[in-house]
Amino acid sequence: MMILDIEVAAGDGWIGEIPAGGRFRIVDLHGNQAVDTLFFDAHDHANRYSAADTIREQGAAYLTTGSTLVSVRLDPLATIIDDTCGRHDTLGGACAQESNVVRYGEHVRHQHACRATFLSQAHRWGRGLDKRDLGHNINFFMNVPLTPDGGLTFEDGVSAPGKHVELRAERDLLILISNCPQLNNPCNGYDPTAIRLIGYAS
Amino acid sequence: MTFTHDVPGGAAWSVPVRRHRALRLECLDPGANVSMLIFAAEQPLERLNVPDTLKAQMSARITPPMVLMSDMGRALCSVTGSSLDWHDAITGHSLDTHVPGSTSYAEHRNDWRRSARAGLLDELWKHGLGERDLHATVNLFSKVVPAGDQRGTLSYVPGHAAAGDWAELRAEMDILVVLSTSPHPMDPLWSPAAIRASLRPVPPPGPRDPSRTFRAESARSLDQAERTA
Repeated sequence: MMILDIEVAAGDGWIGEIPAGGRFRIVDLHGNQAVDTLFFDAHDHANRYSAADTIREQGAAYLTTGSTLVSVRLDPLATIIDDTCGRHDTLGGACAQESNVVRYGEHVRHQHACRATFLSQAHRWGRGLDKRDLGHNINFFMNVPLTPDGGLTFEDGVSAPGKHVELRAERDLLILISNCPQLNNPCNGYDPTAIRLIGYAS
Repeated sequence: MTFTHDVPGGAAWSVPVRRHRALRLECLDPGANVSMLIFAAEQPLERLNVPDTLKAQMSARITPPMVLMSDMGRALCSVTGSSLDWHDAITGHSLDTHVPGSTSYAEHRNDWRRSARAGLLDELWKHGLGERDLHATVNLFSKVVPAGDQRGTLSYVPGHAAAGDWAELRAEMDILVVLSTSPHPMDPLWSPAAIRASLRPVPPPGPRDPSRTFRAESARSLDQAERTA
């Protein structure tokens, strides 16, 4: 049963719940759009997605079909069950006004950024969710290759219009999304665009 | 004024480090690992952000003269030197499930082996922090290499650190360092190794400091810390 079908505009955010056994699909409607995403146990927000634990437990840095997203307590939160993009980043973090200044200079301080969206959505949700709950996120549709000599770069997206990723909720999930407004690197193809979110109960 | 403190393997410790003091950590045994969190002392909501640190300096490892950055774009500390050119920051710290066999205080007394998670939480709670404040750690003295393939396969490099290997951090603001000396979670040997910590005053970074001249991003994070100090 479909329980969610919305379009999230460029630079906008979304927060909501998907029940255990349900599915959650993100569609990159126009291609090369980074979707910054955090997952929480809906009943215990401290039991949240952990990028480092997920990477280590699967022995690989990128996420794709078969990747189990685990929490800080190693509880499976969600599994990627379909992925027409091929790989997704979870090392690059989310952009912030402050990290934008470090990366690009003082002139970008008042540009829009994902962590501001995360905070406003978290506070809209309430229930005590705040900055302490913002762990390191997933960047769906984003390409951050690692090299054997220890390099890390942001490269052109591997995504394209209509590509999607679908997850199965392994427990009741709270999902927090920022549809990335970054204009200073190729993560959104220099032109942030809308995404579609579709949710199904089991 | 200098002070030195030894932390046994499998233990945890927290230490405030004032601005422009250096914290030097030295391996006393082979195979040491230090899983480390860093907070701004005046407002611990500001803390080490590993993704920001790595992407700003385009690195998948921690190495001198990189700056360790807070989520607020400020330099917490600079890695002013190390005998090793690779410290892991992308594979997290050990949990109880990574500790082989069963250990307990009743059986092992003070040789009771704790996971990094258990030790870090014990220290965080002392400062009014807790599970919500667990973010990616820097794992000093450990190396995990990407294969460069389609999955980004990661391999732990055994025996990376020998006794005598060291790393030095210069605080760029007043910070709280919270660390565990439990082995790296991917280390198959699980042989907790002791480290020696020492603190001493050091000069502030000048205009030609290697951490400032490393990259424009590193310089801007130092600048952000200096203008708000």
